[in-house]
Formats: sequence, C-alpha cells, structure tokens
Amino acid sequence: MIRYSETHEYVRQEGEYGFIGVSDYAQKQLGNVVYVDMPEVGDEFEAGEEFGAIESVKAASDLISPVSGEVVEINEALEENPRLVNQDAIANWIVKIRLSDPSQLDGLMDEDAYRAFCEK
Amino acid sequence: MNRELYGKLVFEISRPGRRGYRLPDNHMEGNPIPDNGEKAPAIPGTLLRQTPLSLPECDELSVVRHYNNMSNNNFGVDTGFYPLGSCTMKYNPKINEEIAGHPMSAASHPATPAYASQGNLRLYHTLQRALSEIGGMAEFTLNPFAGAHGELTGLMVIRAYHDSRGDTGRRKVIVPDSAHGTNPASAAVAGLEVVEVKSRPDGTVDVDDLRPLLDSTVAAVMMTNPNTLGLFERNIPEIARLAHEAGALMYYDGANLNPMLGVARPGDMGFDVMHINLHKTFSTPHGGGGPGSGPVGVRAGLEQFLPNPRVEKFTESDGKETFRLTATETALGSISATLGNFAVQARALGYILSLGSEGLMQAGPLATLNANYVKECLKDDYLLPIDCICKHEFVFDGLKDKSTGVTTLNIAKRLLDHGYHAPTIYFPLLFHESLMIEPTETESKETLDDFIAVMHDIAREARETPEAVLSAPHNTPITHPDDTAAALNPVTTFDQLN
Repeated sequence: MIRYSETHEYVRQEGEYGFIGVSDYAQKQLGNVVYVDMPEVGDEFEAGEEFGAIESVKAASDLISPVSGEVVEINEALEENPRLVNQDAIANWIVKIRLSDPSQLDGLMDEDAYRAFCEK
Repeated sequence: MNRELYGKLVFEISRPGRRGYRLPDNHMEGNPIPDNGEKAPAIPGTLLRQTPLSLPECDELSVVRHYNNMSNNNFGVDTGFYPLGSCTMKYNPKINEEIAGHPMSAASHPATPAYASQGNLRLYHTLQRALSEIGGMAEFTLNPFAGAHGELTGLMVIRAYHDSRGDTGRRKVIVPDSAHGTNPASAAVAGLEVVEVKSRPDGTVDVDDLRPLLDSTVAAVMMTNPNTLGLFERNIPEIARLAHEAGALMYYDGANLNPMLGVARPGDMGFDVMHINLHKTFSTPHGGGGPGSGPVGVRAGLEQFLPNPRVEKFTESDGKETFRLTATETALGSISATLGNFAVQARALGYILSLGSEGLMQAGPLATLNANYVKECLKDDYLLPIDCICKHEFVFDGLKDKSTGVTTLNIAKRLLDHGYHAPTIYFPLLFHESLMIEPTETESKETLDDFIAVMHDIAREARETPEAVLSAPHNTPITHPDDTAAALNPVTTFDQLN
C-alpha cells in the first residue's frame, strides 16, 4: 500500500514498517538530484516533521515525514549515488521507519487522489 | 577557427620534447639548489620532487592558437545579448575600464596610508555620497565585497542596533518566499532565524500573512523591490509601518535597484538599511563569482553601527579638504581587511558621473520599457502567469502549449544555437518552468526584435518539429555535457582522464 502527502512524499507500508521517499512527480519537478540529507538510525519523527532534505540542480527542499515513527534504516546507496531517486523514486526510498501509528496512512492520499492533486 | 586542431586540451596538443624556446643546458649536477655554505642545503632533498613535473610540451604558436580558440568559445555581454534575469548583466561602458585600469587606482596598494592615497579616498567618499543620494540613505559603507556580504553586513548593523538598545530578544528575520536564496543564507550566517512569508497570487507579499508574524522577536523584514518576479511591491509603506510598529527594521535587498534608479528611493519607502550590488546596477562586468561590491546604506540614526573603517571628509584650517580613515567603538567591527573592491567602486563612480543625474533617471524607465516590450511581444507563445506591467524583468512559466514536451531547459539550450545567452531558468521557484528575462536598458530595439523573433521561432519549432528543440544545442562547441555528473564528480586534472 502506498500513500502520498501534499508535500510530495510517499510512504509505502510493509507490515509494521514504512518506506518513505519522494514521489515520481516530485523527482521530475526537482530535476537531477545531487544530494539527499538523511537522518540517523534511531531518530524519531512525528508526522509533519522535517526528517531531512533533498537537493537538486534546481532547488533544495525539506523532506517532511508523512507519518510518525522511528528510523530503522536509511538508504545508504543514495549517499554515493543520489541520482537513483531520478531513476526510480519509489524503488529508491530514503528512510525505512517503524510506524508508530499505521492508522495515520488513512489520512493520506492514494495514487488516484495524488494524481488528481498534482494535476490541479 | 580549426577546433579539430586547436580546440583540444593543451595536454592533447603536447608532444614530448616540444618547446617554445630553449634554455642552455644545465651544467649543475645533483641538487640544483646550491647550499649557502650552511650544513643543510637551501631546500632539503626530502622536499625536492623525485619525478619530473607533468607539464604540457608545446611550441609557442600552438599555445597561442589554443588559447585564442578557447577565448572565442567565450560568451559575454561584449559578444551578444545576455538576458539573464535577476543579475542585471548590463553593458559596462569601456570608459569605466579606463578609469578602473588607470595606474592611479590599479597600481595603488590597499595598505597605502591615507595621506598618500587622498585621490582614491576622495573617489570612495564621492561614491559614498552619491549612493546615499540615490538610495535616500544617510550614510553608506563601500567595504563589503559582494551582494551577499552586504546583506550580512546590513543584518549585523540591525543586530547591533537592537543590541545597543538592550533589545536582545529579536532574532527572527522575515523573508518572502520569492526572495533571493542569499537572504535566508545571510540571515543564518548573521545568527538569525529565518521566517518565511507567503506571496499572494499576484506575486507580491501577502500583508495578511505577514501581520501575525510581526512581534517583539522580529529583528528585520527583508524585501526586494521590485521583487524577483520583477513586480513592484505596492504595499511597501503599509509593510514598513507594520514592521516599525512592531519595533523591527526594514532591510532593502538592492539586487533589483536598476529599475528604481532616479525614480524611487528605498529610504523614501521606509527602508532603514539597504545594500546595492554595484556590479549589477552600476555596470561592472560580473559572473562566475566576481568581482562584486555590496555597499550598505543606513538611514539617519544607524550610522554609528556601520563597520570600521569609515572614510570621512575633514576641512583643515586652511580650507583644504582631507580624507581620513576613522573607527568607532559603536561599529559592528570590521567586515573586510580593506575598503572593498576598489576597481568596482571606480567603475561605479565612472558610470554615475558619465551618465549624470539626467542619464541615471532614464536608466530605470528604459529598462522597464524594454522588459515590458519583450514580455508583450512574447506572451502569445509563452505562458505569463502574472499578466501585468513589470519592472526591469519578468518571468514566463515555460511555453503556453505544454503538450509538446518542450521544457524551459530546452528553450534555453536552443537559444544558444542562435547566439543568445540563456535567460535565468527555474528561478524563482514559484513556478515549475520559470524562464526569467531581463533585457536591461542598454539593448537596442533591433537586438530586442531579433531576440523576440528567435523566441517565436523556437515556439514554432516546438509545435512543428519539437525534436529540433529537445535535442538542442546543435551549434555550440560542447553540446550535451552531463553538468550534474560534472558537478558531483569533477575531473580537474588531465591525469584523471586517463
């Protein structure tokens, strides 16, 4: 199950875990990604809180966590090659968190709703 | 020019043993640095390199052709139209170069004592007075080396002002979302916290969004006027009143002063502190990081916080004017080791005096006329998100017809094929496909008309043969460099290539 926020992050749920990254729409708008500033394993975030930043040739944007939880893994491949986000934004998630409240996903947009949101 | 032969890297032209000239054979043996009769040689053997230096080996004529070819690949205002927005790439009249290059200024050392550099100090002081008049400020310092350095200095003045009153809780700076990126950066470097204020759909600051942000923790409101969309902020008097009522100061980012020249003064709009980018508004050639100059002006009552040293004029008992360097304890300290970039100051004063007040008063209106002319001629093909009279620059949101897949980046690259420098792209961030054009007052109608025709051609190509635009540029010496990879993994030496 994948859900999107209005600030263009997604969370893909797998059991008690959530993989958070930026949407395909966001990576297209950002252009070539040159740096992803990631939190540390063990950091905890509330929904709506900033957990890092993504920098492209055009702009630097804060990463806002769509859900609350504790970081259990970061995508270290992005340190070496941040452009992986441009190749496949969904496969190349940024952080894996342990969801503290999976019901928060219900308040986010599904794919259809998000597509409509981007077209507005 | 023969790019095949001479467009290569100088290392590729290199052939072993080739020389521009030959020196007599070296008859010294061993360590070529003689010892001075002391125990150790002048340079210890451990510090002498063991392998020969990897230098290109070329004949003189090949080197001359190599560098001349390279210089022909260059593009600047002297070679063609340079409509880069937010940068004011105006032409720098050659007389300014003569003034800046005159031995009286170019050959003087920054540490020359004041008594021996009275002429240069007079130039500094005269420009300081001229900028005060132009900006509507009481005093100026010319010491900051660039626009962002000026912003930092101005914010430090504001901090020093609040601190001097014991009002030490003011640590926030309000910056519009349309601001230049240097504004929040300067605030952060000055130890202040940035608070963003939103723009309204018409591109100007939302006063209703601003009002609740103003309280006793706000040190300053930073504004650019006209803003980065090239739009005049009409609510400045209201914003200044609200800020002052809350005890905050108003900071004017002078990056877009050009259209205001001689027409409106930041001091009269209620700004307390401002900087001017001399290299934008007063004609010094710039780009690629310099040289710049970011003088800072303050209204009456803030002069004592300007950085040391100051240049002041004194009248001696015999009536003679002298210029001295002064320093005060109330100043925020020093922000530069010297009196700033003197050559840029010399060009700026040359520009101001050669135009005179009458000429300066035409600069703003003509820059505004040129920008509006280009905008009106192109808005049938290009999307103008905020359709109103602009100042010196304006922003399209890419092509009107988005179905072709042609982006702002493609348009910018296609312009290179036609001998035009690209406009500013993807800034400001308020639109997805920002294409920001600033023609400046110095361009002729013929140049503007040709640029407009080329922009229409590109829009037509995008409709009829989009591939020609998508695959541009076609005629440049280098066509499709991977600039992101180059920035991430720069190859800076020839050895890295092999």
